[in-house]
Amino acid sequence: MSMLVSAPEAEPAPALRLGRHRNYLNSGYTVASWLFSTDHKRVAILYLIAVTLFFFLGGAAAVIFRIHLLTPKGLLVQPETYNKLFTAHGLIMVFFFLIPSIPAVLGNFLVPLMIGAKDLAFPRLNLASWYIFMAGGTLMIGATVFGGVDTGWTFYTPYSSMFSNSNVMLAALGVFVAGFSSILTGLNFIVTIHKMRAPGLTWFRLPLFIWAMYATSIIMVLGTPVLAMTLTLIAIERILRIGIFDPALGGDPLLFQHLFWFYSHPAVYIMILPSMGVVTEIIPCFCRKRIFGYGFIAVSSLAIASLSFVVWGHHMFVSGQSIYGGMVFSFLSYLVAIPSAIKVFNWTATLHKGSVLLQTPMLYALGFIGLFTMGGCTGLMLAAMGVDIHVTGTYFIVAHFHYIMVGGAVMGYLGGIHFWWPKMTGRMYSERWSVLSAILIFLGFNLTFFPQFVLGYLGMPRRYYAYPPEFQVLNVMSTAGASILAVGYLLPFSYLLWSLKYGKPAGPNPWPATGLEWTTQSPPETENFEVTPVVSEEAYAYDLLKLKEGGSGSA
Amino acid sequence: MDEFKIFPEQSSTFASQVDALFFFILAVSAFFSILIAALLVYFSIKYRRKSTGEFPPATKSAVWIEVTWTLVPLALTMVMFVWGSRLYFSAYRPPSDSMDIHIIGKQWMWKMQHPQGRREINELHVPLGRAIRLVMISQDVIHDLFIPAFRIKQDVLPGRYTYEWFQASTLGEFHLFCAQYCGTQHAEMIGRVIVMEPAQYDAWLSGAGTEETMVQAGERLYRHFGCNTCHGVKAPTLAGLYGSRVQFTTGATAIADDSYLREHVLTPSVRTVAGYQSIMPTFKGQMTEDQLGQIIAYIKSLRGYKTETEQKP
Repeated sequence: MSMLVSAPEAEPAPALRLGRHRNYLNSGYTVASWLFSTDHKRVAILYLIAVTLFFFLGGAAAVIFRIHLLTPKGLLVQPETYNKLFTAHGLIMVFFFLIPSIPAVLGNFLVPLMIGAKDLAFPRLNLASWYIFMAGGTLMIGATVFGGVDTGWTFYTPYSSMFSNSNVMLAALGVFVAGFSSILTGLNFIVTIHKMRAPGLTWFRLPLFIWAMYATSIIMVLGTPVLAMTLTLIAIERILRIGIFDPALGGDPLLFQHLFWFYSHPAVYIMILPSMGVVTEIIPCFCRKRIFGYGFIAVSSLAIASLSFVVWGHHMFVSGQSIYGGMVFSFLSYLVAIPSAIKVFNWTATLHKGSVLLQTPMLYALGFIGLFTMGGCTGLMLAAMGVDIHVTGTYFIVAHFHYIMVGGAVMGYLGGIHFWWPKMTGRMYSERWSVLSAILIFLGFNLTFFPQFVLGYLGMPRRYYAYPPEFQVLNVMSTAGASILAVGYLLPFSYLLWSLKYGKPAGPNPWPATGLEWTTQSPPETENFEVTPVVSEEAYAYDLLKLKEGGSGSA
Repeated sequence: MDEFKIFPEQSSTFASQVDALFFFILAVSAFFSILIAALLVYFSIKYRRKSTGEFPPATKSAVWIEVTWTLVPLALTMVMFVWGSRLYFSAYRPPSDSMDIHIIGKQWMWKMQHPQGRREINELHVPLGRAIRLVMISQDVIHDLFIPAFRIKQDVLPGRYTYEWFQASTLGEFHLFCAQYCGTQHAEMIGRVIVMEPAQYDAWLSGAGTEETMVQAGERLYRHFGCNTCHGVKAPTLAGLYGSRVQFTTGATAIADDSYLREHVLTPSVRTVAGYQSIMPTFKGQMTEDQLGQIIAYIKSLRGYKTETEQKP
């Protein structure tokens, strides 16, 4: 609303003005109208359903192994099963939930709306990306159900290429295929953001979510092919016995780690940058204030994306790589911490002299900042090579990356879902239940993962199905936290579904917020905007929102 | 070893150094985390929305603020970087008088051999106060030998030697873990380190009866495999080779370390020493990983007999 929107004078009043209640949801009710829709909003909903399914599958694996770890000798499953469970958890959560979550659901839904476009640049390619993703997911589920995989999500060689007797090839093929969906989505976003911005929407007027999606897309397009090649090399060694990674065949096992982390470290930023983008949208809205340091936040996203490609070796400080190489990677890893710190400071400063309202999306955003800060700070310990020697490969690193990926990325995703749910569905959810779930998730998360920092520093290695008895107390605490976390995650699933039928109609701009997506009706019509908006202000002109809100009320 | 605690014991000279850096970063982290959290809570209360019609005026960000909160964290992280790197280098540079213990990792056990010959499985007896270097190799997949009480950890690779060193500073028994996922029974690839008084250690070493030392075993194998029929005759003698720089026919050079010697025994034709013909047969499949370690220990022991012609390469 705040972006001063007016019909360009050259354009006549739109002939295909739709009825007030026509929208993308009621434009067709058949299964085919969903499965063959190229509407970016419908594709986003398809992704939402898919990643929710994968999230609960990956979560179910975690519930089983957390219960198993209640006793030192293990409570539930055999070693083989345990190994397959943590592998399935990692593979599904990383490749089929975290990486697609915000880009493919919120990004798909919002990128065209935020830049005033009718759709993405390549709508059919977008639908094709979803089918490719589902094909990859089906292969992964097949690999898990028909025997499982026991390599860990990292597929370290030569275990994965020459020793494991599990479904390595099928799982790797699933990741390989899903990767193409990621590449095509990234490509689609890059082209869309370059070519389809509304008149007047210059780069430095863009919502910072768009900057974040842009930076993420660059990583997806440049990084994912390397993962595909690496998995292909595993297949070549495993099937054709050509020595690439196994020294017994003349290969080098560290080569795999270099290639794998060349993708998989930037992939961490595929998971976290979009969440940072979401938080950057939520905070100004619930402070009714322009974001502090717009330019610094925008550029820091690009800085993170660029530096993310040159820090992979910090996963390998004890692997036997060159110690001088390690030093360079440690230095660069500290550099990549700086743009993240800049973002945290700017978000915090935005609250200063704002008009702060702690509704559900804001609670998630604040939770994100707190947990991400802790994840980032423990990253400083891991980047210090002398300390990394002790804590890498233990529960310390498990806790660290869960603070980033769950405390950060998932909190951001849930914050975004709660923020844009009224736009996506046209309905409000129960504020009471959603506040309760946000608090449960925050508490459950900390109880699950904070004890793991202590466990890790004590020396408990990760991926152990049994452990020395002195680690039991902390493991029980972690499992107790996980059960709270599980309830916290089931709640939104229930009340959000409930809201679809019983929620109050949201109106075009319930919070209210600035940004083009809030100027159109909720849920948006298929074409997004009745007329192409013309933009004359930055996305966070909250001072102008007052005039708008005081005036007309709704678009 | 088995009671509940929240911080690990410091049982090597390295442990307290690691903890010092850890606590420094923890202090910096706690300061900033608490600062951020406190500000978020304070602002959320102080600037809470009092009426729905409230629209605060925009505040402008100032470049000096941005520069400050860029440079201060940068400076602090550079301290962490330098401190962490120094520690890391010391972790990879054992004292020259350290004692080598050979370790072979395989699915799912650790096999140790002391220089005096005594072997053990999943247990590592070491003397207090003496610098020990672990010379490690894997027979199959990647493992990792981790001793939390000493704050040391190093991946154990197939096909090449890696090293870690420590100097135990307290007596007692400590956990030894495999810290790199290595397959089904990864969680059972664990053991104990037993730190003993040096005199007790010596007694323990001789407790297993008459075993060959590693060098003696290596010398026996050296003859058994017929190495002596060529080396020192029509091939270079191996005396003084260990640790020297070797030049190949391609012009490239390499330091003759454990991994180089191992590679040269198994695949001699890959890199031929300059001035000689590639006539050495491969011993791939004929020697076990233990025997390779012993032969290398023997070659290492051959110091100081260099003649002029042998120095040429």
